[in-house]
Amino acid sequence: MSEELYYKSASELSELLDKKELSAVDLMKATIARTKQVEEKVGAFNSYDEVDALAQADASDARRAAGNSLGPLDGIPVGIKDNLAVNGQPLTCSSKMLEKFVSPYDATCIEKLKSQGAVLWGRLNLDEYAMGSSTENSAFKTTSNPWNLDCIPGGSSGGSAAAAAAGQAVMTLGSDTGGSIRQPASHCGVVGLKPTYGRVSRYGLAAFASSLDQVGPLTRSVKDAALLLQAISGHDERDSTSYRTETQNFVAALEKLRGRKWTLGLPKEYFASAADTPAMKPVLEAIEFYKSLGCEVKEVSLPHTDYAVATYYIIATAEASSNLARYDGIRYTHRAEKFDAKDSVDIYCQSRAEGFGEEVKRRIILGTYVLSSGYYDAYYLKAQKVRTLIRQDFEKAFENVDALLTPTSPTPAFKKGEKSSDPLSMYLSDIYTISANLAGIPGMSLPCGYSDGLPVGLQILGKPFKEDELLAIANEFEAAHPFKDQHPSL
Amino acid sequence: MEYEAVIGLEVHVQIKAESKIFSRVRAGYGHEPNKLVDPVVMGLPGALPVMNKAALDGIIKAGLALNCTIPETCKWDRKNYFYPDSPNNYQITQYDQPICDGGYVEIELPGKNRGEMGEHKKIKLTRIHLENDVGKLNHFADDSLVDYNRAFTSLMEIVSEPDMHSGEEAFAFLTAIRQTMIYCGISDCDMEKGQMRADANISVRPVGQKELGQKIELKNLNSITGVKNGIEYEIKRQTRELKKGNVIKQATWRWNADLGQTEMMREKEDAHDYRYFPDPDLMPVRIDEEWKAKLQAEIPELPWDKQRRFMEEYGLPYSITAVLVPDRVLSDWFESAAKQQPKLAQAIGNLVANDLLRELSEAGQRLEDCKITPDSLLGLVQVVEKGTIPKNVANKDVFPEMFKSGETAEQVIERKGLKPDFDEGQVKVWCQEAIDENPKPVQNYKDGNEKALNALLGPVMKKSKGKANPQLVNKLIRELID
Repeated sequence: MSEELYYKSASELSELLDKKELSAVDLMKATIARTKQVEEKVGAFNSYDEVDALAQADASDARRAAGNSLGPLDGIPVGIKDNLAVNGQPLTCSSKMLEKFVSPYDATCIEKLKSQGAVLWGRLNLDEYAMGSSTENSAFKTTSNPWNLDCIPGGSSGGSAAAAAAGQAVMTLGSDTGGSIRQPASHCGVVGLKPTYGRVSRYGLAAFASSLDQVGPLTRSVKDAALLLQAISGHDERDSTSYRTETQNFVAALEKLRGRKWTLGLPKEYFASAADTPAMKPVLEAIEFYKSLGCEVKEVSLPHTDYAVATYYIIATAEASSNLARYDGIRYTHRAEKFDAKDSVDIYCQSRAEGFGEEVKRRIILGTYVLSSGYYDAYYLKAQKVRTLIRQDFEKAFENVDALLTPTSPTPAFKKGEKSSDPLSMYLSDIYTISANLAGIPGMSLPCGYSDGLPVGLQILGKPFKEDELLAIANEFEAAHPFKDQHPSL
Repeated sequence: MEYEAVIGLEVHVQIKAESKIFSRVRAGYGHEPNKLVDPVVMGLPGALPVMNKAALDGIIKAGLALNCTIPETCKWDRKNYFYPDSPNNYQITQYDQPICDGGYVEIELPGKNRGEMGEHKKIKLTRIHLENDVGKLNHFADDSLVDYNRAFTSLMEIVSEPDMHSGEEAFAFLTAIRQTMIYCGISDCDMEKGQMRADANISVRPVGQKELGQKIELKNLNSITGVKNGIEYEIKRQTRELKKGNVIKQATWRWNADLGQTEMMREKEDAHDYRYFPDPDLMPVRIDEEWKAKLQAEIPELPWDKQRRFMEEYGLPYSITAVLVPDRVLSDWFESAAKQQPKLAQAIGNLVANDLLRELSEAGQRLEDCKITPDSLLGLVQVVEKGTIPKNVANKDVFPEMFKSGETAEQVIERKGLKPDFDEGQVKVWCQEAIDENPKPVQNYKDGNEKALNALLGPVMKKSKGKANPQLVNKLIRELID
């Protein structure tokens, strides 16, 4: 199969499908072939079901033949992070705890993709329960960065980012709790978008931290990100935190907002520390590019930035300790084969001891601690207050600017194993992405260059529900810097 | 030394609603295990709770009926603890901002006798909050299996202040709550189906002491009588221990209704840390005045108000109201007849409270399915009032026929030939004869002794072979003498 096909964007492929120059089955076959060709090196997938995918593609071809195409995603293979529920498919969260669990229902975003004819393709690797920044915490495998197989792909949506970068899926879905879409997108040289909290339904996303989690697209182009975001967003009455907003046409917004002279802010706290690192160079060049377009660029301040990581790890782990309590060996989860069954507590303890990995246990213990009586006020309650201050920082900054430009990650992808024994340094790799989740605002990462042959991402943070503006700003850059056409050699 | 008990109750009441509290699955009882489940109820990865408005309506109504304050906003918290009957290993409940604040329950203690109203008291409430119910563990020889049918059913918890002092008061408290819930249609409070459950906190202290004694928690009180008996047993036990100089240890006990005694379940170790925190999956709820007003309008007249009104408006004796009022359907049934002829209310009340209830129970029927209607019952009372037939014939012969066939009183009288085959003229002749034959009582009556005329009733009845209507006879005799 030609490289042109598996690295084409969804919008190009959709045209070919409409013109009957390509069939969905052939596209799926190419995707399967490419997946098999590089999967041994990349290791992006936990599992896939070729027969099922080809059947979906066949159904798509039948619709098109009958003149009933369901739209631009009809027949497009979309890879799914293995923490989103797809009826009849495994839902492992890359955890031993759910190794044998098959979901009996569809997540809302999956339902939406199905209703638009997308071909759901494979279950993509992640850090166990989306906890991590390198995908090394998966219970099953370590995914490699397609640009350098010795490096991590980022995390937790490492499988999603790597699969998109390696042409193993046209587009993929990930989830972002503290940067889990943007950071791996940055490391793998793809576009990753974390929508505004409430934009995309969380129903069917295995919860890590409910007040921070958001599902979003990882794609090779900005336009594809717009397309996929549009497909999955919208109010859902099964998610109480889902926002009632009109569905926007994000693809149309790219044209509509083209050429606008944006006012862009540079949060000084984000640049102070890392101004002269090699990874910063492409970011600074990207900023110069926006100036050259006539955009106004000014410094802004987010004074509570220093507290973001600590605040995040209190709130996220507190929620996680409660959200993960259901994985207990009683119902559908891993049960320890041998337990001294004096009482149910033994089942819990031994099943959870076996089923969860180190990082997950670490976070459950931390979360349990910060919620426990006597510590609640000092940690959880305080963190909620700081969270409000962080959100107010952004509100204030957005009074003067349309969006913020920052690096996505302090460094390009690091070597496997480099930080896995040092959780704190790992936590700091999300330092630029975490605040957006605490504030609930949208953020995206866009490939903006390379450092030592590894991709570097530019992060664009925007006002709540202004994803259209983020995409338009990103689109300007991509049009002038077609990194989307650069691919790792595999 | 004299001792007194202090009792607080936590009453769980299932709210009657089509679907469960945070899921669209229907709520129900008696289904095959694990049939009423969905991803939310099973706590599957990715499932999210969504508030069912019917449950909120139910608890707000309950709060209004029990005199609570309904704050403008309430929120949801998670109570974290591991137990196999809890699908998420946390319960969604309300910690520091419940839907209903304060309030009180008016209770009635037993009177000196059945005919007398007992003392009324107000038992203060701390709060009422809403939470999800959990599943049920079924224990077998080698296995314990979980049935999640009940899980996520809407459950409200009514928490009283330690404001009661006897099993009798606790009994009255639960009875009053139950009646209010049923009146308002909030719950059927069927304790056998687990729709109402109570835990009691019981402590005993020397009379005069201000601080509370060490309390124990009494669980498993699954009938109102069980609550009364369990509490009374426990008060006696604790008093006995204290008198012996023993210390009461904090513990959880259960009431064993079969043995009629309390048993210790577990001594409280360290207090459990539930790690409450606001549930991030659910938004706080804002309850505006309009919403409250709409629900307030749906609350019917409550039992105690109705009872006082029945006594006043219809002159009913306490004993009759005490039978009619606790049952809303029965009292409404009574009133739809009584309000047409308030003067006949007592006769109607007697028939309903005695004859109708007896027939229903013998036939094993519900009032709703009964053939006799308020109007036809009123018809029967009116026939007696007119003197067409005597009351004893009406009660004994006509009423049971009406109950069986659904005929009117006239139809039964006609069909069974119960109408005396002599007319008023004949009765009048017998009355005149009796007057003439008994000059002495007549004279006594004329001298002012009202009751003297009763002596004439017998002779007339004898002449009519018992078929004359005594009321009519009385009326005619007076007319003839006066």
